[in-house]
Amino acid sequence: MATITRRSVDVVIVGGGWAGSIMAKELTEAGQRVVMLERGGERSTAADGAYPGSLDELEGNYRFKIFQKLQKTTVTIRNNISQTALPYRQLAAFLPGEGVGGAGLHWSGVHLRIAPDDLTLRSTVISKYGKSFIPEGMNLQDYGVTYAELEPFFDKAEKVFGTSGEAYTVNGKVVGNGNVFAPDRSDHFPLPPLKDVTGAHLFRKAAAEAGYHPYAIPAANASRQYTNPYGAQMGPCNFCGYCSGYACYMYSKASPNVNILPVLRRNKLFEIRPNSTVLHVTLDSTKTRATGVTYLDEKGNEVIQSAELVILAAFQFNNVHLMLVSGIGKPYDPVAGTGVVGRNFVYQNISTTTAWLDPSVWTSQFIGTGGGGVAFDDFNSENFDHGPLGFIGGSPVWVNQAGVKAIAAAKAGGPPGTPRWGSAWKSGMIDTYKHAVRMDAHGSNMAYRDVFLDLDPTWKDAFGRPLLRMTFDWKDNDIRMNRYVVGKIAAVTKAMGARQTHLGMKEFGQPFDTRFYQTTHLGGGAVMGSDPATSALNRYLQCWDVSNVFVIGSNAFPQGTGYNPTGMVAALAYWSAHHIRTTYLKNPGPLVPA
Amino acid sequence: MPPSLLSRRNLLQTLAGATALTACARLAEAAPPESAYRPVFFTTDEWRFLHAACDRLIPHDASGPGAIELGVPEFIDRQMETPYAYGALWYMQGPHVTGPANLGYQLPYTPRDIYRRGIAGARALALQMHNAEFASLDAATRDAFLTELETGTHQFGDLPASTFFGHLLGNTQEGAFADPIHGGNKGLGGWAMTGFPGARADFMDWVDQYGREYPLGSVSISGETI
Repeated sequence: MATITRRSVDVVIVGGGWAGSIMAKELTEAGQRVVMLERGGERSTAADGAYPGSLDELEGNYRFKIFQKLQKTTVTIRNNISQTALPYRQLAAFLPGEGVGGAGLHWSGVHLRIAPDDLTLRSTVISKYGKSFIPEGMNLQDYGVTYAELEPFFDKAEKVFGTSGEAYTVNGKVVGNGNVFAPDRSDHFPLPPLKDVTGAHLFRKAAAEAGYHPYAIPAANASRQYTNPYGAQMGPCNFCGYCSGYACYMYSKASPNVNILPVLRRNKLFEIRPNSTVLHVTLDSTKTRATGVTYLDEKGNEVIQSAELVILAAFQFNNVHLMLVSGIGKPYDPVAGTGVVGRNFVYQNISTTTAWLDPSVWTSQFIGTGGGGVAFDDFNSENFDHGPLGFIGGSPVWVNQAGVKAIAAAKAGGPPGTPRWGSAWKSGMIDTYKHAVRMDAHGSNMAYRDVFLDLDPTWKDAFGRPLLRMTFDWKDNDIRMNRYVVGKIAAVTKAMGARQTHLGMKEFGQPFDTRFYQTTHLGGGAVMGSDPATSALNRYLQCWDVSNVFVIGSNAFPQGTGYNPTGMVAALAYWSAHHIRTTYLKNPGPLVPA
Repeated sequence: MPPSLLSRRNLLQTLAGATALTACARLAEAAPPESAYRPVFFTTDEWRFLHAACDRLIPHDASGPGAIELGVPEFIDRQMETPYAYGALWYMQGPHVTGPANLGYQLPYTPRDIYRRGIAGARALALQMHNAEFASLDAATRDAFLTELETGTHQFGDLPASTFFGHLLGNTQEGAFADPIHGGNKGLGGWAMTGFPGARADFMDWVDQYGREYPLGSVSISGETI
């Protein structure tokens, strides 16, 4: 195939998801000529979310219609440094997206701000409990940015996403029945909270009875029709239950495809090129400046696209992979404890509890809205005293019913101990589907010295590049946190009047299992911070070593939080874009001296 | 045996090669409707095995219809012609190295390969253990044999029997509960027994009818409803 050189542009963006779309919108507003390269195909609600054909659970959730197909590339995974990592050959534990919209098209819509203490977790833990409270081998870090600095950008993102929710305080004044642990806000949510589904309704009552503080989960699923500040329109969510894995046919779930790209596509400064796989960022001879990217177009031609500014906005681990294969930043070495790219790879620590209610109560699990539900944060972040508990981190607990469909119900089966097939399975499964409520402890996962990303020595992608290698396992600190918080759910299911409860919790000594879905909330690997020795990016998500490369995504999280990442990713994108617009473009160079 | 059942049995034998004979005899009240479907991927012997296995994984019982009535074998056969069955959703590049189970599937076999090798292996194992084709065993013996595949340590070459069983079970569940556009869930029977409304997909006025049973039947993508 030929090598083609395309006309130089101001900005090239790798990835067509939330981060890339936000950056493209912001930078075209600043007059920059932007090209967005997306490895997957074009996607739209009209084509991918058409009613009724798109409401196909088999295609959506089991043939991964809008998720990544692993045929061309994947990662390898091992539990520890002494093992041989093996390819993640079938989608299971986590489900990255592919195509225009990225994970922002298949996500559910939970849209949370970060807990302020999580941004300064190292400082907060040391000041409250002392430095010796941090376990040996845990790389606890601060983000290098405060909630007060990010607040305007959380606010902006909520207005773009059309987020439904209820505030607790606005400008320091109690205004509503929102999360009492939530940080102060400069404004209300743009839309009122969604209705509670049955499970969430019962959970709200029972959690309050147990002495906790339930609130409506902020959801980027529109509770009413809405026009965002860009002029993009959303329809009201009808609780259809086809959120996660689907291109919402109601235009109710926020996505780059609905909330940003329709406006960008009309802008002459913006061009999107789907089916364009970026192979690497090209650097000049000093290795401190990017000249653009090299990518494969849909015909297999190698294309050289030069640009003044390169934004990596692919999925978390793809950003890290691109940095490693491009030679941006020093790769992390877990033995020496040096280098930063691949350091502080984190996941999320989730377990599901099930309560079986009286057979006269129908829980209608098929009704759902992806981001909606009811949570309590009494055991999240630093909302409780960790001193006597001896672990770091926490979990919100919630009923977040995105719509459980029939195949998922069949595979989930009945109560523990029920066979996986046959008549006992059938009756147990049907009873569970009709009368049970599921709730999650959706917890943080801390960063550790021996949990990291690097390049695999053996397996390659279809383009000849080494696969990214994940070295990951659950650690005692996080298992203890999970078990503590899940234990607190027992009071809720009791108050619900459950006839049976299964408290789902992590077990000590059980390795991370790639075969079962847990969550797609991966983080870290190219983290933000104040110290180039422990972070790959400065607090504006700019590479310390190559100042015209910014890396936007959950890769920037120094450790996991109990919350879903998209709200934080969107706020960080707006934060970074603001500083590019107001400072960097006027005088390109490092925004923070290294 | 009533003549009507006998004739139905004969019909089924003619149509599908002695399909699920014992199941048919057992389900005197609700025998599976005959199917005109002819498998594309599965051979006659494989097709018999598939029926006899699916019939036990989701049996017809008081909870509702079984896999045969729901058209699960047709679903699986049709799936075998999709990109999924050719391994297009999986990373298939070598080297293929065995490792701990929790690191996931590592064999070079696509779903089509897994069925071909798995059914051959299971049939041979049944002949060895029972001196009979799996499909001709009675229900209790088939259950015990399937449990052996599920939990035992049998290997069909380098394919663990439990890996084959896992695929068979997963596809059987998919076939019983997926939209009927894919060939299974005949008559929306899978959805009727679970109360899943399918593509109805609008619960605006039912969200806060707390604890009540949803009153409307299921609807499929093609508009079939119950």
